[in-house]
Amino acid sequence: MFPFLTALILLPAVGALALMVLPRTWRARSRHFALAFAVAEFVLAAVMVSQFDATRAGTHQFAEVYPWIPQIGTSWALGIDGIALLMIVLAVTLTPLAMLAAWKEDADPSRQMRYFALILVLQAFMVGIFAARDVFLFYVLFEAMLVPLYFLIGTFGGARRRQAAVSFLLYGLAGGLIMLVAVIALYFYGGGGPEAFLTANLVGLDIPVVPERLMFIGFFIAFAIKAPMVPLHTWLPDVAEQARPGTTALLVAVLDKVGTFGMLTLAIALFPNAAAWAAPVIIPLAVVSVIYGALAAIGQTHMMRLVAFTSVSHFGIMVLGIFVFTQTAVEGAAFYMFNHGLSTGALFLLVGFLVSRRGSALISDFGGLQKVTPVFAGLFLIVGLSALALPGLSPFVSEIMVLVGGFEVARVAVIVATAGVVLAAVYVLWAYQRVFHGATNPELDGTPDLSLRERLVVAPLIGVMLVLGFVPASAIDLVREPAATVVSYVAERER
Amino acid sequence: MTPDIQWLYLLPLLVTFGAGVVGILVESFVRHHENRRGIQIALTVAAILGALASVVGLWITLGSDSSVSIDGSTIALDSHSLLWQGLIALFALMSIGVFTARTSGEDAFVPLAASTPGSSDEALASRRGMLQTEVYPLMLFAVGGMMMFTMVQDIFALFVVLEVFSLPLYLLVGLARRRRLLSQEAALKYFLTGAFASAVYLFGAALVFGFAGASSYQAIASALASGAPSQELVVLGSALMLVGLLFKLGAAPFHAWTPDAYQGAPTAVTGFMAAATKAAAVAALVRLVYLAFAPEQEALGIVFPLDTVVWSLVAFAVVSMVVGTVMALAQDDIKRILAYSSIAHAGFLLVAVSSFTQEALQALPFYMAVYGIATVGAFAVVSLVRHRDEDGAWGAEASALEHWAGLGRRSPFIAGAMTLFLFSFAGIPLTAGFVGKFLAFRAALTDPSNWWLVAIAVVMSAAAAFFYARVVVAMFFRETPAGSVTGITAGRTVRVVIAIAAVLTILLGVFPSGALSLAETGAELFFL
Repeated sequence: MFPFLTALILLPAVGALALMVLPRTWRARSRHFALAFAVAEFVLAAVMVSQFDATRAGTHQFAEVYPWIPQIGTSWALGIDGIALLMIVLAVTLTPLAMLAAWKEDADPSRQMRYFALILVLQAFMVGIFAARDVFLFYVLFEAMLVPLYFLIGTFGGARRRQAAVSFLLYGLAGGLIMLVAVIALYFYGGGGPEAFLTANLVGLDIPVVPERLMFIGFFIAFAIKAPMVPLHTWLPDVAEQARPGTTALLVAVLDKVGTFGMLTLAIALFPNAAAWAAPVIIPLAVVSVIYGALAAIGQTHMMRLVAFTSVSHFGIMVLGIFVFTQTAVEGAAFYMFNHGLSTGALFLLVGFLVSRRGSALISDFGGLQKVTPVFAGLFLIVGLSALALPGLSPFVSEIMVLVGGFEVARVAVIVATAGVVLAAVYVLWAYQRVFHGATNPELDGTPDLSLRERLVVAPLIGVMLVLGFVPASAIDLVREPAATVVSYVAERER
Repeated sequence: MTPDIQWLYLLPLLVTFGAGVVGILVESFVRHHENRRGIQIALTVAAILGALASVVGLWITLGSDSSVSIDGSTIALDSHSLLWQGLIALFALMSIGVFTARTSGEDAFVPLAASTPGSSDEALASRRGMLQTEVYPLMLFAVGGMMMFTMVQDIFALFVVLEVFSLPLYLLVGLARRRRLLSQEAALKYFLTGAFASAVYLFGAALVFGFAGASSYQAIASALASGAPSQELVVLGSALMLVGLLFKLGAAPFHAWTPDAYQGAPTAVTGFMAAATKAAAVAALVRLVYLAFAPEQEALGIVFPLDTVVWSLVAFAVVSMVVGTVMALAQDDIKRILAYSSIAHAGFLLVAVSSFTQEALQALPFYMAVYGIATVGAFAVVSLVRHRDEDGAWGAEASALEHWAGLGRRSPFIAGAMTLFLFSFAGIPLTAGFVGKFLAFRAALTDPSNWWLVAIAVVMSAAAAFFYARVVVAMFFRETPAGSVTGITAGRTVRVVIAIAAVLTILLGVFPSGALSLAETGAELFFL
């Protein structure tokens, strides 16, 4: 069978290399080349999706296993289940859109080439990390993807981008190195041999209580930094403020999902006893994230920071859904990972369009835009409503699944988290009101409405949210079996 | 009685030392500067290639699991020493590319070493275009000594060989063409502290000799095993011997010479010294503590002095990691940042050494290989970044971090290679440094009760990323300041070295299997 996953990883990597060796005179065209690669990647992924057997969504399909470093016990092992498939679809969809959004950001062709090449590198990592079926390979990609992001944040962005990039790198490395100790320790509890790190070979090990808990904590901290959970979220608002909207959109919408994805497919799968042991602590932390993120979002004056804090809140809902360990809630959390990517990705990109018009992201610099740019206002409202989980848009479906599924198990937590959903209405609608309604800021007169390119960026995301808002079944079918597997790990644990 | 010496097995040493002696003769008898320089370079490259070839040849003929004693008990050739000899030769070969580089017709070494800095003699020598090329034979002597250092199994022979490669190094440090006072000061500091460390080693060796009544590692191990009296002699003696070796390794608290020597020495020498000396020191240290003082060699259960060796290694590992990392955070000069980073790396190496496992024997050569390659590469980059005056003439190296601002814009490939080396030092995956760190930590975690040691190592790795990131920030995220007077010189051979180092750093990071099996073969020996 055609090695779809390896091809999906290599294609953007080759694209990035091709961009770098492009003759200088062609540099002005580099964005076209990059977009062509991203579209080709999308088409290739679409072919793969058409061959994915949705009736066996719980098994890892398109599996590839080749020895990589047998002395260490690691393999180039890839394979995707329903959840990983959704995440890869999200990645290959958002990448070309983020490229379109950054179409006119750079006048200098070399700078433009670097930006688009880095985005392609990032895409290779995004696909690889969701497809990795080997703990060591996952770890390598998990850490190495910090590098392109570090350059994306540090080279392209606001005045304080250097600090944001360094704090991002250090946060990521610190989390990763803690996880590294756990990864090495895991090796000693596994069977050893040239395939020691295959995830399948490490599930269901009999590990003594204390080491299992320590290893779980090691993995969890790394993932909690990625899926920004209070109190490990402090890097995100700075990065969101300083980085380009396209970078932030990819980072929050896709890459931060590695955190929740890792919790589902590694932390719980490898250490179910410890996961159950830690859940009573993690669930309150998740609820704190939900409320704190929402309150902080209400208080922001900078729109990128605002959206960043809404994501802290939304990631709280996902983590809550994962760690109540009921079928409906885990399904909801997995589905939410996808929907949140669409919704927040669109929100970041739209805010980016606002910033490019005004040269500022401060809410106070706006006002009354609706009369000048009606289409912009309408699309912004729809995307904003998706963030507050309005029925009819897909985030609603997943959020309600988490809350309903968790209610029986963690009643108080769910009730408090529901308050966070109410707060979401405040931060979204209040921000919308201040930006688009009221008296028109005289400096905004003559602001152009969304161009065709900009509409093309947002329309697909809204379209998918609408479709899945009304007929979510096809997507939920994809996450049902993987969610059942996760739930069974915890249900069938020995202690 | 004259010992029966197996000359064939000494081939790598004979080639190197022999070429060094010939080099001295060339220095004396070939008058014409340019001819002499050409001959010296050709001779040095040929000698090191010859040494490398004979190492490979011996590796193939000896097979993996045999050890040959060359003269009874003093030195031995086995896959362990061959592996390290190959590494040292590799570092030397790469360094030559940096040694030979010339900027505006001048190489990096003083034209007349005997002249007083700032004197009229010096000016005259410089104006006449005089050229001394004794660096090449000196380097060959150092390389030969380091190779021999990996083979020694006798505490007194170890002292002799230590001096054999140290003396040329002291001289090399003092030979910088520019900032000569700084260079001579560095050489003097290195020499004085080095002599002191050697003396401490010798005192320790005498105490151990007093305990065992013999000087070979084997005899010490069996004296320990049989529970010979006066154990306090070996406790104290082994600790003092460690001081001497850890000084060469550049581990804290015996590191004080490192920043000054690294900064003052000609950058080409710094790169060579940082990589090759460290490799030789690790190889000898491992042989000493694993063969003479190691628990695995004991038949009679736990022996007291061994614990002290283990614990002092652990303590020095912790101190080195902490001191190196914390001090590096406060530096503003690239050479000093790299110097303190080398101290931290000495700590990481000691973490692996102190585990006394076969995994460590596998991890150490690999770690050292990736560290050494990146070090030679990084210092090669440093040697290219220079000041230039109004006329565009090249001046001294611009190693202050502020001068590096915006380098990535002007020279993306050189700056990109430097970034790669720094990421390798930091242990970021897909660079070779990550695999090295992984192996070292794995060796330490073989005994899970060591988790706290690994935890410290991990915290220090994360903190270390901060100062590596600072350099990257300067190169890529800052604009070149207006009126900048720094530039990157042409240095073709240096660029070749940088390219080779960069390719190796990626290759060993992505496909380390081949190198790992070599290291595995070398590791089997001690634990058969």
